[in-house]
Amino acid sequence: MKTWIEKQKALIDFTLASLARRKIKNLGLLLVYTLIVFLLASVMLFTHALRKEAGKVLENSPEVIVQRLVAGRHDLIPPGYLEKIGRIRGVQKKEGRLWGYYYDGVLKANYTFMVPQPDALMAVESGKIAVGATMARMRGLVPGNTISFRSYSGKLFSFEVSSVLPNKSELVSADLVLLSEADFRAFFELPPGYYNDIVLSVANPLEVRNIATKLSTLLPDSRPILREEVLRTYESIFNWREGIVLVLLSGAILAFAIFAWEKASGLSAEEKREIGILKAIGWETGDVIKMKFWEGALVSLAAFLLGYIAAYLHVFRFSSWLFEPVLKGWAVLYPRFELTPEVDGFQVATLFLFTVFPYAVATIVPIWRAAITDPDAVMRG
Amino acid sequence: MIEVSEVRKAFNQGRHNEYWALKGISLTIEAKKVTALCGPSGSGKTTLLTIIGCLARPTSGRVRLKERDISGLPERFLTDIRRSTFGFVFQQFNLIKGLSALDNVMLPAYPLGGDWRALRARAESLLDSLGLAHRREARVEWLSGGEQQRVAIARALVNDPEVLIADEPTANLDTALSKEFLAILEALAEQGRTVLLTSHDPLVVEAAVIDSVIDMRDGQIVGIR
Repeated sequence: MKTWIEKQKALIDFTLASLARRKIKNLGLLLVYTLIVFLLASVMLFTHALRKEAGKVLENSPEVIVQRLVAGRHDLIPPGYLEKIGRIRGVQKKEGRLWGYYYDGVLKANYTFMVPQPDALMAVESGKIAVGATMARMRGLVPGNTISFRSYSGKLFSFEVSSVLPNKSELVSADLVLLSEADFRAFFELPPGYYNDIVLSVANPLEVRNIATKLSTLLPDSRPILREEVLRTYESIFNWREGIVLVLLSGAILAFAIFAWEKASGLSAEEKREIGILKAIGWETGDVIKMKFWEGALVSLAAFLLGYIAAYLHVFRFSSWLFEPVLKGWAVLYPRFELTPEVDGFQVATLFLFTVFPYAVATIVPIWRAAITDPDAVMRG
Repeated sequence: MIEVSEVRKAFNQGRHNEYWALKGISLTIEAKKVTALCGPSGSGKTTLLTIIGCLARPTSGRVRLKERDISGLPERFLTDIRRSTFGFVFQQFNLIKGLSALDNVMLPAYPLGGDWRALRARAESLLDSLGLAHRREARVEWLSGGEQQRVAIARALVNDPEVLIADEPTANLDTALSKEFLAILEALAEQGRTVLLTSHDPLVVEAAVIDSVIDMRDGQIVGIR
C-alpha cells in the first residue's frame, strides 16, 4: 500500500512539473473548461433554486382557486356563488378575491392590482396602497409618497404609498399594488358582490380532488384550479426556460467543448517523444497512462471546482446577471432578489459526469495509442 | 552474463520494404566487463543494443540473461527486467526538457514507488559524483552537451542497474568531453559494472578501458577483438 501511495505521489509530482512546463496550453485549457462548467452550473443552480423558491412561495397559497368561465374565457364571479360553495363538506374557508391588471404608460409596464385577504398581515387602509419592491424602485416610491393612476373610465385616483412589500417576496410581487376593497371596486368600477375568483382552503389534502369534482357539478360554468396544478405549471415554465437558455448556450458550449477536446486529445511531437523516453527508461504503458490520467484529472477537477464555485457566486451573490432577463420574472418589471442557496447533489453528480469524464477519456485515448508503441523508437531519434 | 544466439531482426516484415537489420548474431557478453559494438552506420549495432536491453524483441533467435531466456517475454516482464537490470544512455541523451537535472535523474525510479527522500538523496549523490552538484536544479536545456551526457549517465544509474548500455556516447561530444566520458567509464568499470556500448569513434574503441570489441557490418559480426 505504501509503495502504491509513494508511486502515485511520485506520478502526481511529475504530472505537476509536467503541467507547469506547458503553462500557456494548460492555463488556456483550464480557463475554457472552467467557463463551460461555469455556464452549465449557473443554469442548473439558477433554475433549481428558482423552482425551489417558487415552490416555497406557493406553499402557502390556497389549495383550490375557482374561476368562472364565459365562452371559455375567465369571467367575473357573480353574487351568490360564494354561498353555494359553502355547502360543500370539507371546505374550511372560502374567500372571494379581487385583482386586475393596470397598464402604466410611464413605465410601459403592467401592474397587478390586488385586494389583500382579510386575514393577511398586509392590510391596506382606504386611500393607501402597498407596492412591490421592483415597482417602487422603478417609480422611485417610498412610503409617504403619493401616486396617481388614471382608471380605465378616465377618472384620476390618487393613493398614498403606505409601505413597500418585502424583498424576499419579489419573485411574485415585483409589479404588485395592494389596495383596499372599496378603492379597488371604485377604481375598476366593479359592483359589490362580484369577484375575480374564489379561493378555498381544504382541511384534508386528500379531499382536494373530491372537492374539485363536487365544484364542477355544483357550478358547471366554473373550473377549479388546484395548487398542485399551479406548481406543475411553474415547474414546466422553468424547465422550458432552462431548456431555452441551454439551447441558446449550446452553440457556444459545443464550440468550447470541441476546442477543449482538441487541446486535450492532441499530442504534440514533443509529448510523443517524452512518452517514448519514459518507456525507454523503464516506465510501463500503465505508468504513462496513469501519469496522464492524473494530468487530466488535475485539470478537469480544478476546472470543475473553479467553475462550480464561480457559478455559485454568480447565481447566489451576483443575482445571475448573465441570464436574468430570460429566466426570471413574468412581467416587464424584472424582479431583483437574491435566491436562497440550493445545491442539488444529483445535479452536481450529473454535471461532474458530463464534464470531467469526457475530458479524462479525451486525454487518455491518444496517450494510450502513443504509449503502446515500442520503446526502441526513442533509440532511433 | 548475456548470451545472444542466432538473433535475427527484420523491419517491415512481409512488406515490399522488408529490411533485415540483424542476420544471425551470436555472442556472449561477460559480466563486469566493458564491451564495445563497433561498425559503420547501418551495421546493426543499435538494433542489437535494443534487443539486448529489452527495448525490442528479436524476430528470431534467443537472448539469455543469466541463463534465463528473455526473448519471448511479454512487454510487462521486459519492462521489469529493463528497469532493474539495464540503464540507458542514449545518443541524443533524451532528457526531458523543462525539468531540472535532478528531476530527470529521478524519473526512472518514479514507477517503483520507493521512498522519495531516499531517491532524491541517491540522485543528488550521483550528480555529485559526476561533478554536477552545482547544476542539479538547472533545467536540462540550459546545460552543455557534456553536462547533459553526465545527467543522462546519472539517470541510467539511479536504479543501480547491473548493466549500463550506451549508444554512440561520444557522437555529440568533442575530444575533451569524449575523454571525460572515458574517465567516467573507467570509474564504472572499477566499480564492477557491466558496460555495453556502440561506437565507431576510434578514441573510444581503442581506449584501454574497453575489454572487448565486436566488429559488425551489414547485420553480421565480422570480428571480435
